[in-house]
Amino acid sequence: MKKFAVAALAFVALVAGFAVPAEAQLRVDVTQGNIQPLPIAIPDFIGDPSGAQIASVVRADLDRSGLFKVLDPKSFVEQVKDINTVPNFGNWRVINAQALVTGQVQQQADGRLRLDFRLWDVAGGSQMVGLQYYTTPDNWRRIAHLVSDAIYQRVTGEKGYFDTRIVFISESGPATNRKKRLAVMDEDGANPKFLTNGSYLVLTPRFNPTAQMIAYMSYIGNKPRVYLFDMESGRQEMLGNFPNMTFSPRFSPDGNKVVMSLESGGNSDIYVMDLRTRSVSRLTSDPAIDTSPSFSPDGTQITFESDRGGSQQVYVMNADGSNVHRISFGGGKNGTPVWSPRGDLIAFTKQAGGTFRIGVMRPDGSGERMITDGWEDEGPTWAPNGRVLMFGRTERGGRGSSIWSVDVTGRNERRVITPGSASDPAWSPLIQ
Amino acid sequence: MIKISTVLKFAAVSSVLTLAACTDKPKAVETAPPPASMSSSTTSSIVPGSAEDLRVNVGDTVHFDYDAYNITSEDRSVLQRQAAWLAKYPSIRVTVEGHCDERGTREYNLALGARRANSVKEYLVSLGVSAGRVETISYGKERPICTQSDESCWAQNRRGVTTITGGANS
Repeated sequence: MKKFAVAALAFVALVAGFAVPAEAQLRVDVTQGNIQPLPIAIPDFIGDPSGAQIASVVRADLDRSGLFKVLDPKSFVEQVKDINTVPNFGNWRVINAQALVTGQVQQQADGRLRLDFRLWDVAGGSQMVGLQYYTTPDNWRRIAHLVSDAIYQRVTGEKGYFDTRIVFISESGPATNRKKRLAVMDEDGANPKFLTNGSYLVLTPRFNPTAQMIAYMSYIGNKPRVYLFDMESGRQEMLGNFPNMTFSPRFSPDGNKVVMSLESGGNSDIYVMDLRTRSVSRLTSDPAIDTSPSFSPDGTQITFESDRGGSQQVYVMNADGSNVHRISFGGGKNGTPVWSPRGDLIAFTKQAGGTFRIGVMRPDGSGERMITDGWEDEGPTWAPNGRVLMFGRTERGGRGSSIWSVDVTGRNERRVITPGSASDPAWSPLIQ
Repeated sequence: MIKISTVLKFAAVSSVLTLAACTDKPKAVETAPPPASMSSSTTSSIVPGSAEDLRVNVGDTVHFDYDAYNITSEDRSVLQRQAAWLAKYPSIRVTVEGHCDERGTREYNLALGARRANSVKEYLVSLGVSAGRVETISYGKERPICTQSDESCWAQNRRGVTTITGGANS
């Protein structure tokens, strides 16, 4: 884990070579529900043998996004021999590529890898992006994700989300005695690591804004409490010293606070703890269930779920607990609200008609729409750009759980690769 | 849990019958009236005051309606037997587990399980059990005993289970 953090600092990105044209020809509008994926050609990067692997990760990233149609390298007419000369665009037009990525990887004298890549507008015959990265060879996957993010950002105008990680619960064993382990992996499912050994139940992990800390719930010692896991040291720490169950933790956008539920005498209310002073403030005092709190990205409001009105519904309050008001009125029970990092939407789980589905609505409750259609989908988490979500899906009959991703538009639903059954995904921010 | 305890009770009863059949001529033996609601404890191999005694002879599980945490009239007798049994074995400490079916979101079910466990605890306390002897824990929907996705299974999973955490005979 330490290596991961330190290596991240080694990246240097430079605008290289050709000037970026002022007006981009290529554009994919990610706000549309039904888009034409952009045909893109990504030949293996030349130079160091790692170039082929890096290009294949970029191809997989962009394909998974649903916004690109990644062309089969077998169809390529031209072979890239030098990335510092302008490609023969005609050779890419004939295979209907609208965008072309060329790249080169070189091993430096100090052992580091240097990667140069260019994104070309094939129709316009111009370079859109030219960047250069340096990193250690074992970090080649992250370089690939950074290339993917740069391409995504140039073409969509939105920040990418490929250089991110997912913390989740890895599940194994029968439903009546499910073993659950805290686990992390890259956004594309690579590099899975288990952080706990499965000898005690763990649930609902969430990253802090630097992705160096995880807040989660652990049953270690048969005392269900919120814990913090430090990715660098591997240390776990019970958060606070509460007499009863604490659960449902989530960091504030600045990472300085954890908001969570504390149960007392059977009743669950929402509290916030300042991680620097360890002082605790109570935010709700209601005999109802108050849980699943999530801050707005500006930190001024908190959305949460409560059954104070008779059934589980989504509410919003100020960060100090004032001005509590219900926002979900679209029918059924509604819970697990999570505020989009963009601030424009709240994702939630709706229980209605015998199914659990993921939906989104604006923070005032308007514009509700459902984006998944499973039997038991729950617990959405946002990509840092607010355009894609992951969620947990449970099959009927205890046949296991899996993690899925879907665009906020409801299109491009895909199963996320995990080692075995998995649940409770939480997306990291873009890694710094 | 219903299923399991029924099976165990049946096993206990049938072993008594088998023993009876082995004797040549059943003799009428006067038996003292059983202690309240613990009629079978003296006729099986179960150690009185043990976890098995609680499970088999007293009943360790109560059930709840969907999204509810009130103690039903049906379950009051189970908890009354538990309270009487705890009065008989004053050194025993228990933890009440609150469980839910899968038809709720994870965190809501943790809160609902806590409500259920607390309902059981409060009822036991109202019957004279010292609150300090009863702890609670919620497992939400994490520990189902039945995995079919239908109402009969969900009804079994919506439960409060009294488990011994200390002071039991073995």
